[in-house]
Amino acid sequence: MIRMENVIKKYTMGEEEVYALAGVSMTVKEGEFVAIIGPSGSGKSTLMNIIGCLDAADSGIYSLNGTPIEHYSERELARLRSRQIGFIFQGFNLLPRLTALENVELPMVYQNIRTAEREKRAKEALERVGLGGRMNHKPGELSGGQQQRAAIARALATKPSLILADEPTGNLDSRTGREILSLFEEIHEAGNTIVLITHDAGVAARAQRQVKIQDGRIVGEEESHGNTILEDGMEIHCGK
Amino acid sequence: MGIQSWKMAWKSIAGNKMRSFLTILGVVIGVVAIVVLVAIAQGANVQVTSSIENLGTNLLTVNINSRRTNPLTSAGLDELSQNDSIAAVAPILTTSGTAKAGIVTYDEGSIQGTVPGYEEIRGLSLASGRFLTQPDIDNRSMVAVLGSEAAEEMFGTTDAVGETFTMNGYTFSVVGVLEEKGSTSSGSSDNQIIIPFSLAERLFNQKGISTFYVSASSADQVTAAEYAVTDYLDGLFDGDSDQYSVYNQTDMISTLSETTETLTLMLGGIAAISLLVGGIGIMNIMLVSVSERTREIGIRKAIGASRGNILSQFLIESLAVSFLGGLLGLGIALIAVAVLGPALEMEMVVSIPVALLAIGFSVLIGVIFGLYPANKASKLRPIDALRYEG
Repeated sequence: MIRMENVIKKYTMGEEEVYALAGVSMTVKEGEFVAIIGPSGSGKSTLMNIIGCLDAADSGIYSLNGTPIEHYSERELARLRSRQIGFIFQGFNLLPRLTALENVELPMVYQNIRTAEREKRAKEALERVGLGGRMNHKPGELSGGQQQRAAIARALATKPSLILADEPTGNLDSRTGREILSLFEEIHEAGNTIVLITHDAGVAARAQRQVKIQDGRIVGEEESHGNTILEDGMEIHCGK
Repeated sequence: MGIQSWKMAWKSIAGNKMRSFLTILGVVIGVVAIVVLVAIAQGANVQVTSSIENLGTNLLTVNINSRRTNPLTSAGLDELSQNDSIAAVAPILTTSGTAKAGIVTYDEGSIQGTVPGYEEIRGLSLASGRFLTQPDIDNRSMVAVLGSEAAEEMFGTTDAVGETFTMNGYTFSVVGVLEEKGSTSSGSSDNQIIIPFSLAERLFNQKGISTFYVSASSADQVTAAEYAVTDYLDGLFDGDSDQYSVYNQTDMISTLSETTETLTLMLGGIAAISLLVGGIGIMNIMLVSVSERTREIGIRKAIGASRGNILSQFLIESLAVSFLGGLLGLGIALIAVAVLGPALEMEMVVSIPVALLAIGFSVLIGVIFGLYPANKASKLRPIDALRYEG
């Protein structure tokens, strides 16, 4: 599904070169639920951008679904994002002027899917995340949890091969956060591949496998056993 | 994508009503200015053309420019009028003067010394009395035919036949009053005081014929008549065609049309500048809109929008604004022309090509001034755009 070999990404800060990723190698198999955990500044956001085809690596190999993504043009990257990847962001990133339903339809607009089909799939996705009753509300009229559900529906509706979530519970209170994580588990059980990026060990523990990243390198991997790590009463840290 | 793009554009225009209204207003003003100003110019053209045509299309006007002794005589004109292509010839001597009737002084009259043929040539019709006759000319009779306004001013009534007035110490009796013609852009013909040509020559001490009218026997004889006149004058002036000039109405109309066309272009050009300013307004607002919506662009790109999608989204928005402005402007211009025309007693003509041109031009402006902001939006990198805190 995802294969990375010695991926390097650097930025120039003034005269200094900073390695955001200093040779990352990892794989994610189809149907896996993987958490990438690391403190801020560890390079996990850069890693997400590369996995999500929002940015290109400076060197190394990244292949998605068996296709090596190298020297891709902007248009091809946009197409990959459109067909293969469903994004879920910390700040939900719904368009404020559109209703939940229209927001979920939007990625399918860019895939040139016909209106009727689009609406059907968007409604199904919203019902699946438990927002069937509020699909004509705008993001401003929804709670944080509901907005994130809408964003998840938007990611699911295109039937992507990979769901990429960046701190999906970061802006939510702990109870809502747990509900959203349960939703991720449901989605995973339905057969989706999920990569979740977080700095929170409690959140990461809900994944099948945790990949730890620090200073642009992978420093460890760990299989989670069951979902016992996060118990009621434990806190999920909110915000950044 | 098609309809969906327009829906999206509409949403964003409707989502910011005041700003969209002001942007559209710039285009509206430009289009209204173009359509109304060009309508005024073309109205002037129509008015001038029709007032010339009112004079009679068969008419030729001849001016003698010679500073030498003028060889042209009344007898010569009589001879010219024998030509088959010519219906009538009338010399004219125009001057101004002061007429007195009792205690009334009338100095706005246009005094025309001429011959009986003038009535037919200018298509005059009498309200009462008679026109000049040949004996009046031969005898230098002290008679006058008045325009309706001249009669009204001097005698308080158009029923002035038999009244008398004095001019240059001579006493004239009114033998006829013309029907009211109304004023045209080339001036009123209701203020005429028509007297015998031979008398006018003596009265105003002007010897010789410097202007005369020729009317062709029919519209298709105008060219033949012009040849006959030219031929005759060439004989008179030994082939020196600088000594005289012959105008026909068609020449005059085309000369005036050129003038009004220049006027149209000038007014249209000035108005087009205001449309250009409207276009710059669109660009300005689109640029603001792009930076305001950086995050939106980032989200759209992350969920699969290509550069082309973003480009067309913003381009369609600016197109929609300019097209809407164009339509609205045309509508307002049509109302303005319908209301202002009668109110200002001004002839205005809205031509369909100009209306279409104004709309087309505003759409073009939308594309040109939308392209830069749209391109800027489409080039934003999704990660930068997503990180943007607007």
